[in-house]
Amino acid sequence: MSDPAIAHAAQFDDATQQREAATFGMWVFLATEILFFGGMFLGYAAYRRAYPAAFAAASRHTLLAFGATNTAVLLISSAMMAFAVRAAREKRRAALAWRLFATAALGLLFLGIKGFEYAREFSEHLLPGASFHFDPPYTNQAEMFFYLYFLMTGVHAIHVTIGVVLIAIFGSRAWHTDAFARNDTAVDLLGLYWHFVDIVWVFLFPLIYLVERHS
Amino acid sequence: MKQPPSSGRFLFTLAALLGLLALTIGVAYVDLGPFNTTAALTISVAKAVLIVMIFMGIRGRSPLIWVALGTGFFFLAIMFVLSMSDFLTRGWK
Amino acid sequence: MNTTTRELPITLEPRANYLNAGHSIWSWLMTTDHKRIGLLYMVSITLFFFVGGLAAALMRLELLRPQGGLVTSALYNKLFTMHGVIMVWFFLIPSIPTVLGNFLVPLMIGARDVAFPRLNLASWYLFMAGGLCVLWAIIAGGVDTGWTFYTPYSSTYANGHVLAMAAGIFIAGFGSIATGLNFIVTIHKMRAPGLTWFRLPLFIWTIYTTSLILVLATPVLAITLTLMALERLFGVGIFNPAMGGDPLLFQHLFWFYSHPAVYIMILPSMGVISELIPCFARKSLFGYKFVAYATISIGVLGFLVWGHHMFVSSQSIYAGMVFSILSFMVAIPSAIKVFNWTATLYKGSITFHTPMLYAFGFIGLFTIGGLTGLFLAALAVDVHLHDTYFVIAHFHYIMVGGAVMGYLGGLHFWWPKITGRLYCEWLAKLAAVTIFAGFNLTFFPQFILGFLGMPRRYPVYAPEFQVLNVLSTAGASILAIGYLLPLAYLLWSLRHGKPAGANPWQATGLEWKTASPPPRDNFTNAPVVTEEPYQYDAEAAELALEETSHV
Repeated sequence: MSDPAIAHAAQFDDATQQREAATFGMWVFLATEILFFGGMFLGYAAYRRAYPAAFAAASRHTLLAFGATNTAVLLISSAMMAFAVRAAREKRRAALAWRLFATAALGLLFLGIKGFEYAREFSEHLLPGASFHFDPPYTNQAEMFFYLYFLMTGVHAIHVTIGVVLIAIFGSRAWHTDAFARNDTAVDLLGLYWHFVDIVWVFLFPLIYLVERHS
Repeated sequence: MKQPPSSGRFLFTLAALLGLLALTIGVAYVDLGPFNTTAALTISVAKAVLIVMIFMGIRGRSPLIWVALGTGFFFLAIMFVLSMSDFLTRGWK
Repeated sequence: MNTTTRELPITLEPRANYLNAGHSIWSWLMTTDHKRIGLLYMVSITLFFFVGGLAAALMRLELLRPQGGLVTSALYNKLFTMHGVIMVWFFLIPSIPTVLGNFLVPLMIGARDVAFPRLNLASWYLFMAGGLCVLWAIIAGGVDTGWTFYTPYSSTYANGHVLAMAAGIFIAGFGSIATGLNFIVTIHKMRAPGLTWFRLPLFIWTIYTTSLILVLATPVLAITLTLMALERLFGVGIFNPAMGGDPLLFQHLFWFYSHPAVYIMILPSMGVISELIPCFARKSLFGYKFVAYATISIGVLGFLVWGHHMFVSSQSIYAGMVFSILSFMVAIPSAIKVFNWTATLYKGSITFHTPMLYAFGFIGLFTIGGLTGLFLAALAVDVHLHDTYFVIAHFHYIMVGGAVMGYLGGLHFWWPKITGRLYCEWLAKLAAVTIFAGFNLTFFPQFILGFLGMPRRYPVYAPEFQVLNVLSTAGASILAIGYLLPLAYLLWSLRHGKPAGANPWQATGLEWKTASPPPRDNFTNAPVVTEEPYQYDAEAAELALEETSHV
C-alpha cells in the first residue's frame, strides 16, 4: 500500500508506519492535554459548588457578546481547518495555503477579541490582585472566579497562539513549497490540535459566560 | 486511509455547531433551576462530539485512536468523580 | 552453562558499535540514538542520586542525638525537602524508564530506535533544564515545604525559592510526558514481525504501563504546580482557608498525580525482576498472562487510590472509606506478581549471580513494603501511623528495597550489553549483600519508631527513641558504602572488564541476539520473532550443572 519512493525517517520501516506513529502520537498528546486542562476544570467545579451565588454574580460581569462572538469565530476556524486538511489530502496547494491563512486569521481575531475583553476587565478592576474590586458580599469568591477565568482562558489563549503561529508557518510552507503535496500528515495533525483547542473553548464558554444569566 | 467527509458534511456540521451555540445562549436566559448547568454542559458535549466525529474524523480512524481519546476522558472522569465525592460528602453526618 | 572463550586479542580493530560511532562531545549532546540518550540519563540521575543522598546523610547524622544540634530546624526542613524532590523527580521517576527503558525498548522489540528520536533528546534536555532549576533553588537557599508542597504553607507563607523549584519540576515533567508518549507509540507501532503483545518481554509491559501513567498523570502535576505558583503571585486564596479556599483541592490534585507516580517508580523495577528471575532460574516465567494483566491492573487501580494520603486531612470520611477499600484492592495485582515470581523459582535451576541477588532482595523487601502499605490503608490504623516514621519505612522499603534494587539488578544484568564489558563478580556480590544489610538496618528500626510514635520531618525526638535512630544511622552508613562500590567497579570495568560477548547470561530476548555493545542501528538483520518469551529449560540447565561439577 505504501509507495517505497515516499521518504520516511530512518527508524521507521516505511511511510505508512511513520504516518501511523505520528498520528497516534498526536492523539496521545491530546489525551495528555485533556488531563492538563482537566485539573483547572476541577478547581472550577470545586469552587462553583462551594460558592454558586458568587460565581453567578461574577459570571454576569463577563462580556457575553465578546465570548459568544469568539465561540463562533473558533467554530468557523475549525471548519476552515477541516477544509484545509482536505485540500492537503487532495494536493491542492493554493487552496491549502489560503485556507490555512484564513484559519490563522480567525485565530488571530479570537485573540484580538480576547485581548480587548481582558483590557475591559482590567479597567473594571476585575484582574485578581491588589487592585481587584467587586461589590460585596461576594468580593472574595468573585476574585476566585476571575482568577479561574483568567487562568483558564489565559492557558487556552497560549494554546491558541501556538496554534496560530504553527498554522501561519504551515500556510507559508504550503505557499512556497510542495512539502505537503508529498506528505500531508503534518497538516492533519495540526488540524487535530486546532480542533482540540476549539473543544476546550466549547466547554469553557458556558462555564464562564452563562452562569445564571436568567437572573 | 480514511475517506474524509464531503464539503456538505463540513458545512452542515458548522451550521449545527452555530445552532447549538445559539441554543446554549438562549437556554441560559430561561430559568431551569439546577438544570441550566446540565443543559449547558450537554450542549457542549454535543458540540464536542460533532467536532471529534466530523472535523477530527475519528470515525475513519483505527480503534486504537478511539481508545486513546477515551482513556483521556476516562481518567479525567475518575479525577472528577472521586474528588467531588469528597467535596460533596464532607458535610454529611 | 556457557563456556567463556578467550576473547579477541586487543590488536584487532574494535567492531563498529554505538559507543564508537562518533567521539566528540557534540556527537553525544546532539545524539538521537536511544542508547546514547539512555547513557546521558544514566550519568545525570547518578549525579542527582548522590546529591539527594547527601541530604539524607546529613539528616541521619542530625538524628543521631535526640536533641539534634548538627543543623538548625530550618535547615533540616530544607534537607528533607531537597531529599524528597531530588529522589522522587530526578532519580526514581526517571531511573529505569529513561536509562534502561531508553536503552532496551527498541532492542527488545526489534526496532532501530524509538518512534521520535529527536523528541527523546528533547526529553533529556527538559530533564536537565528542570534539574538545573531545582539545583539553583537549593543553592540559592532552598525550600522547606516538603516535597509535597502542601498549601497554604507553600502557596502563602513559605519563604524561599518555591517558584524556582516548582518551575524545575514543571519543566522536567514535560520531559517525562514526552518520554512516556515516545514509548507508547514505539511499543504500539514498531514491534518486529511476529512480536505479538503476549510475546513481549514483561519489561516492555511494565514500561508501557508506566508510560501510560506518565502521560496521564504528569499533566495534572503541571497544572497543580501552576496553581500553587500563581497563588504565590496573586494571593487570591484558592488554597487558603482564611480566604475561603480549600487546601484539600491542592491535595486532591497533587496526589492524583503523586500516587500513580509511585507506580511509575515501582512498575519498571517489577519488569526488571520479571526478566531476571526466569534467566537465573533457567525457567519460563510462571503465569505470563497473569503478570501482564496484573501490570495493567496496577496501572489503572493506581489512579483510584490517591485519597489514602489524605485520611487525616479532613477529607470526607465517606470518600476516605472508598479510597481505603480501593487501596486494599490495588495490593492484589502486586501480590499476584510476587506469587508468580516465586512460582517461577520452584523447580528452577537457580544460580546466584549478582542480578539474581538483587532480584531476591527485591522480592523480600518489596513484600514487606507492600504489606506495610496495607496497615496504612486501614483508616483507623492510619490515624495512628500517619506522619510517623512508619510511613517513611513503608515507602523506603518499596522505593529503595524495591525500585532501587530493581534498578541495580537491571543495571548489572544489562551492563554487559550496554558496555560490552563484564564487571568484577565477587565485588558486585559483596556490594549487593552490603546494600541489603545496610538497607534493612537503616529502615527496619523506622517501622518500630513510627509505631512507637516518632513523627517524621522533625530534627529532634524523645530520648527513648535514640537507640533505634542510632541503628538506623549506622545502617545508612553501610548503605552508603554499598552504593559507592558499584560506582567504583562499574566504572573500572569500562576499561578493564572482560569483553562480554553477545549473550553472557545465555538469556532469551531480542536484545541478546545482537552484539555487545550493539551497533548504531541495533540489528544487522531485522529480527523476526517466532517463539514465545522465556524459553529457558531448567532441566537441561540442571543436567549441565551436574556434568560440569563432575568434570
